Amino acid sequence: MSDLINSSLRELSAALAAKKVSAVELATLFLDRVEKFNPALNAFITLDHEKTLAQARAADERLKVPKGTQSAGAGDPAISPLCGIPLAHKDIFCTKGWRTTCGSKILANFVSPYDANVVEKLAAAGMVTLGKLNMDEFAMGSSNETSYFGPVKNPWDVSCVPGGSSGGSAAAIAARLTPAATGTDTGGSIRQPAALCGLTGLKPTYGVVSRYGMIAFASSLDQGGPMAKSAEDCALLLSAMAGFDARDSTSLERPPEDYSRDLDQPLTGLRIGLPQEFFGAGMDADVRAAVETALAEYRKLGATTVEVRLPNSGLSVPAYYVIAPAEASSNLSRFDGVRYGHRAPEYADLAEMYSRTRAQGFGAEVKRRILIGAYVLSHGYYDAYYLQAQKIRRLIAADFVAAFKECDVIMGPTSPSVAFAFGAKSADPVQMYLSDIYTISTNLAGLPGMSLPCGFGNNDMPVGLQIIGNWFGEAKMLNVAHQYQKATDWHTRMPGGVK
Amino acid sequence: MNWEVVIGLETHAQLRTKSKIFSGSSIAFGAEPNVQASAVDIALPGVLPVLNREAVVCAIKFGLAVGAQIAPRSIFARKNYFYPDLPKGYQISQFEIPVVLGGGLTIRVGAGDTATEKFVHLTRAHLEEDAGKSLHEDFHGRTGIDLNRAGTPLLEIVTEPEMRSSAEAVAYAKALHALVQWIGICDGNMQEGSFRCDANVSVRPLGQKEFGTRREIKNLNSFRFMQQAIDFEVQWQINEIEEGRAIHQATVLFDPDSGETRSMRSKEDAHDYRYFPDPDLLPLEITADWIAQVKSGLPELPQAMKARFEADYGLSPYDAAILTGSRGMAEYFTAAVDVCNQPKLVANWVINEVRRSMSEGASDQEGEPLASEVRDGLPGRDVIRIPAGKLAKLISRITDATISNAGAKKVFIELWTGPDQEVDEVIERMGLKQITDTGAIEALVDEVLAANQKSVEEYRAGKEKAFNALVGQAMKATRGKANPQQVTDLLKKKLGA
Repeated sequence: MSDLINSSLRELSAALAAKKVSAVELATLFLDRVEKFNPALNAFITLDHEKTLAQARAADERLKVPKGTQSAGAGDPAISPLCGIPLAHKDIFCTKGWRTTCGSKILANFVSPYDANVVEKLAAAGMVTLGKLNMDEFAMGSSNETSYFGPVKNPWDVSCVPGGSSGGSAAAIAARLTPAATGTDTGGSIRQPAALCGLTGLKPTYGVVSRYGMIAFASSLDQGGPMAKSAEDCALLLSAMAGFDARDSTSLERPPEDYSRDLDQPLTGLRIGLPQEFFGAGMDADVRAAVETALAEYRKLGATTVEVRLPNSGLSVPAYYVIAPAEASSNLSRFDGVRYGHRAPEYADLAEMYSRTRAQGFGAEVKRRILIGAYVLSHGYYDAYYLQAQKIRRLIAADFVAAFKECDVIMGPTSPSVAFAFGAKSADPVQMYLSDIYTISTNLAGLPGMSLPCGFGNNDMPVGLQIIGNWFGEAKMLNVAHQYQKATDWHTRMPGGVK
Repeated sequence: MNWEVVIGLETHAQLRTKSKIFSGSSIAFGAEPNVQASAVDIALPGVLPVLNREAVVCAIKFGLAVGAQIAPRSIFARKNYFYPDLPKGYQISQFEIPVVLGGGLTIRVGAGDTATEKFVHLTRAHLEEDAGKSLHEDFHGRTGIDLNRAGTPLLEIVTEPEMRSSAEAVAYAKALHALVQWIGICDGNMQEGSFRCDANVSVRPLGQKEFGTRREIKNLNSFRFMQQAIDFEVQWQINEIEEGRAIHQATVLFDPDSGETRSMRSKEDAHDYRYFPDPDLLPLEITADWIAQVKSGLPELPQAMKARFEADYGLSPYDAAILTGSRGMAEYFTAAVDVCNQPKLVANWVINEVRRSMSEGASDQEGEPLASEVRDGLPGRDVIRIPAGKLAKLISRITDATISNAGAKKVFIELWTGPDQEVDEVIERMGLKQITDTGAIEALVDEVLAANQKSVEEYRAGKEKAFNALVGQAMKATRGKANPQQVTDLLKKKLGA
């Protein structure tokens, strides 16, 4: 059984199909590990064994239909390879009947009456929900220190942050408390924690995965995506998560894709673009060394590297910290204590009900961003901040269009440093915001991006290599990542403390 | 000093779609609180708006009907403010780029043939969602929230500040009210809030170019209140200025009980709505094909129909305007003309008898029949009770001399109370059929002449009045059933006149 925790999703799928293990046994295996290791890590914030096991039993029923047959007996003409495999959801996804908190006090007791599109799709594939994962409050943070439910610890070193905002997802997978998890990425929230915890995570092209039921942080930047141990796993998950959803107006009407289709393509002739802006000062030496080594490996695999320019990428952090808070300040207005969620117990009038409810319900970082957002949208400042930021956003996208004329994928570091200690950056918001300096431009341009483990840096902490694909280049990115993972074993490493 | 009044109107017309503008919930009026509020309407975490294209079709129809420019690409924006009946904490509206730009409406001010026409320019019309309702009455010290109305599609229609009197403002509002019903985008029910107006009012010395400071009167839900509110507000502003006080920009409410306007909030505590494009919605793109498709389904518009009635039927502009005052009225008129081919007679009957009968039974607060009543037959409102075909038949009984005009009016009243009756049956039963047999009338005339020798002599002596007395006697003898013209002609012949 113990090798199952390190198995790929394909291996788990094969074991389930061959009846070597049942979905109930798999779920129990991981729930037991959650019980054992979660108290030290704080990755899961909501568990419901009954629901999990009920889903597992249902998956086992579906798995009774022999694969490859068209037997109508159980009504399943084709069973997803994901059927019976456990996963856990970032607590930003609404899950029917489960508490859905978004890491905030204001939703600490909110039980969603409906499933997010992503939750629905993965459930339809037969995946079994282990629980809900901790995160930075409303996905605002890069260290998981802003969660109302306390910080998540990095399984590689519990004195270090797991990254954020999908820190619970990253820590849970790294500690083998779940084989896979959902995440969301607004400015790097899948890729940065994946890098800091030694995982593979993918943020799709904006519009590929439906945002319906994903609690909005910054609507024009948010994208859900898979997090797992390998690119192969991410490809399987993404194939199940992606697709047009009429309930999300920004969802793109495109034919369904098999994101695993190109995994085995050789990399001969691949052109890797290296933006000089991603390799300047600001990147730690250990990260640089690991990334350079990975690039050398790619050359061995037949790729060539070309220098490209992203001249406006330096403006991405300031533009992001105008646009994202602006949208957030409005998106978070619905949390007013009127219809659901926390309401201040005492207030004299309507204005006080609002102010006390929101003062009590939101944490400091969320308040900071609401204030920034309201400021940049206010009369007389809108043109100077919001409109300017939108212009920069277009320039950044144009930079990528130009760069992709010379290369197939872009590579660089995911994060300027390995996981840092708790408290190291939490007092200085700007330092914290710079953690996402290499990932933010991707969101501004709506491009897909990935992080995959490429070695270890200071204190033996994982280093992430970032791959940025062209619009709708997910299958290509996954191919590029998978070929690397066939040649290396960084993605198979497991933290010592959770064995 | 002579003062000039300047008025601009903003009207919220609730669109007649089946479902809400950004969700699939029904918009039917009068349901139990919150039963028509979906996850999207109550703004649960994670939900997203999806635009109802039916609402866009309504906006396109309106744009075409007022000759406006329909934006090929318009933007939905968020208007941010906190209120308990605004679930998202923002209203989705259109701000910088609305769906309809420009255009205008011809209005008629005054009555009869002395009425004058004026073209009122529109600034814009944009799509937006309505808020819910806060209910204060039924809860002690608490407020109830009903979100059934939240997300109901509205078209906000904004005029240029071109109206110069409350009469012009009301004439515009009535014309707009008729138009939105005519093209079928709004049911026009003012009591239920389907059509409500805000009036921006200012005054300036006659001849001055700059506008005075305006105050906005909110939520006028009847034409009478609009007139009263504007008249009061204008007088109030003039008094303030003449007494040396300045007008401050403000939002005011009209209190129908006192007949006064009252300040709600001043400009100082005006909201900063922090408008920005809604990132959950794509820009609204309207292709020329879509516009053409909507246009092909649009009915003939009132102005075009009015011109056609004048040209083809020789109706006066006043009559044509009344008959095209509502689509129902126009359709009724056209249907009757199609049967009896007597446009002028039908016009007279519709304008006089039909409208009079309607207003006698009408419960409408304006005391004036409204267009939609004919088409919708909405409960609590009066309708034209005699089908167009029967009116046409009645009119043809006048033209074929079966009954007199006076007799026809009696038949009309009878039919109004019992529309199922047949025209000829009623004529027969009421004994209104005219005597058309010349021989019978001639015999009667001879009798009358013989019995009234004195009058005959007086007439021959030159007294015109005596002739009228003879006609009267002859009509009396036929108990009103003879055709008066025929009697007159016969008498003249007999008297050798």
